[in-house]
Amino acid sequence: MPDGDALERLAHLVGAEQDGAVVATVVARGRAEIEVRPDAIGSALERLRHEGYTMLMSVHGVDYHPEERRLGVVYELLSMQLQDRVTVKVRVSAEDPHVPSVVADWPTADFHEREVFDMFGVVFDGHPDLRRILMPEDYIGHPQRRDFPIGGEPVIFTETERRNPGWWK
Amino acid sequence: MSDETPKPGGDPAAPAAGEAAGPSHREQDAPATAGERQAAPDIADLLGGEPGGPLTAVADPPADQSGPSAYRVQEQSIDFSAQLRQVATRDDAELLTINMGPHHPATHGVLRLLTTLEGEVVRDVKPIVGYLHTGIEKTAEDKAYWKAIPVIERMDYLAYYFNAMAYVGAVEDLLEVEVPKRAQYLRVIHLELNRIMSHLVWLGTTMLDLGAISIFWYAFRERETILDLFEYSSGQRMHTRYFQIGGVAEDIPAGWEQSLRRFLVEMPKRIDQYDAMLKRNEIVLRRLRHVGVLSAEQLQAWGVTGPLLRAAGVPWDLRKAMPSSSYEDFDFQIPVGTEGDNYDRYLVRVAEMRQSLRIIEQAIDGLPEGPWITEDRKVALPPRHELATSMEALIHHFKLVTEGMRVPAGEAYHAIEGPRGELGCFVRSDGSSKPARVHVRDPSFVNLQAFGDMARGEYIADMIATLACLDPLLGGIDR
Repeated sequence: MPDGDALERLAHLVGAEQDGAVVATVVARGRAEIEVRPDAIGSALERLRHEGYTMLMSVHGVDYHPEERRLGVVYELLSMQLQDRVTVKVRVSAEDPHVPSVVADWPTADFHEREVFDMFGVVFDGHPDLRRILMPEDYIGHPQRRDFPIGGEPVIFTETERRNPGWWK
Repeated sequence: MSDETPKPGGDPAAPAAGEAAGPSHREQDAPATAGERQAAPDIADLLGGEPGGPLTAVADPPADQSGPSAYRVQEQSIDFSAQLRQVATRDDAELLTINMGPHHPATHGVLRLLTTLEGEVVRDVKPIVGYLHTGIEKTAEDKAYWKAIPVIERMDYLAYYFNAMAYVGAVEDLLEVEVPKRAQYLRVIHLELNRIMSHLVWLGTTMLDLGAISIFWYAFRERETILDLFEYSSGQRMHTRYFQIGGVAEDIPAGWEQSLRRFLVEMPKRIDQYDAMLKRNEIVLRRLRHVGVLSAEQLQAWGVTGPLLRAAGVPWDLRKAMPSSSYEDFDFQIPVGTEGDNYDRYLVRVAEMRQSLRIIEQAIDGLPEGPWITEDRKVALPPRHELATSMEALIHHFKLVTEGMRVPAGEAYHAIEGPRGELGCFVRSDGSSKPARVHVRDPSFVNLQAFGDMARGEYIADMIATLACLDPLLGGIDR
């Protein structure tokens, strides 16, 4: 991972084009992270690609409920040349969960973004095929959100049907 | 299926729009589906029930569905045409769209391949996943850190030690706890045994897809030996829960080392036998060589790692590049391919088994003495004998078993080299005793994206071989 100075240099490069694109930088416990504004994610990843971080290894969705701007999308970048990782994060609110898609530049983000959409309801603008990937197509709600109820889903058994007619109501 | 071929100019984002619409979409939906069923009574006939019979009564949407328990709308409302639109790239009259799976023996699990064929040539293939989704990541959020290990192990069910290692590695990063050297070596031994076991299952099932039966039995015979070793050291054959936060659950039992050494002597000969059967086998050569080729650049764009990327000539292995758990102590090589076809993938995996044996041998020879789990009582359970004499140990035991350990708030991503590529685990802690988010970057999930590029333009029979050499594990993909 880049140390504090190296991360500041990267953050400076990322924020060079747009004022205020970089929201925060964090170095903690073997992890270097740059938080950027959602609209700057595409250019931030592109900048870091020029710095050698050419592989996008993973995209995680995170729910910071009850904090504000509760939904987070975390991009894990890897540099095979530097044998190094750096993390880019964006935070959006649940009311306006829009993040620009990076699939055009990073094809591997396709499934990852679909999963984050499926589980957290983050809408990736510009994704070519933004559908649910793990949950059924007609599922309602985004189950990985922290306030999603657990155990509410009715399950069909022959037993349930006979003992409890109208169980689905 | 061809009846459902979409009309041009249809609504391109119907399901996505449906998701966004939420409850209102569901309300509009109910009358439409009822009408649909009247228009197509033959479905009810086929199922042997009249309209209005018991089947329809159960399936009928109740008038008021807005209650909190109504999570799913009618299955009939799913617009499959949107999926078909993605693959029908040419004149529809020339193309045949078929579903392979989700229950097809050649897909190695519940994977559905929406395949567009022109004659016998695959023009497009679209993997559809999610049939094995069990919500493990959600379940883990409801368990104490050390009680989440068993469910996380069950994601990729052929790489359970790797799943556990990625997770406990991430939690150890957050706790900043030091793992004793002996535990690190024991972890390496079990990880590499697991890698051989996973590759053996891959070898057997792949060759089964190509029509070879015997190798399947041979590979599973050796796998059985490894599972016996796992059972010997931990009591379980699969999903052993052997790795704990801060170390491993138990020291290896007496006699285990001898059994392992017998295996280490025997296994290279067995691999030689596999090679004698397969390496220059006419059928294997014809089915695998120059098939499923994808360049290193394309693979990297898709995020592919592991044996697939190494077969294309990129010597990237996290055990060497970013070693954790004492991998830097061992002398081993990274096998790479030259062409990146299925035959190279086969060679790389077989060569990796030999390298894993080398690592295990060095680890068991140099196995250090000492504790096998951290002495930090806030993280690991105290030894059994202390409970009878020490009040403090009893309190620690009670706190760990009831509440679990509290982990400082923060985030960690721990990636290791799994049998299929980079297996990473992201853990977010909010300072409580349960993880606030666990996400596993499963290599199968990412590698599967490259499958379309590999299979396009090939014969459908070669697509089966390519899928087998991709080695997807649906338990890991769907989690």
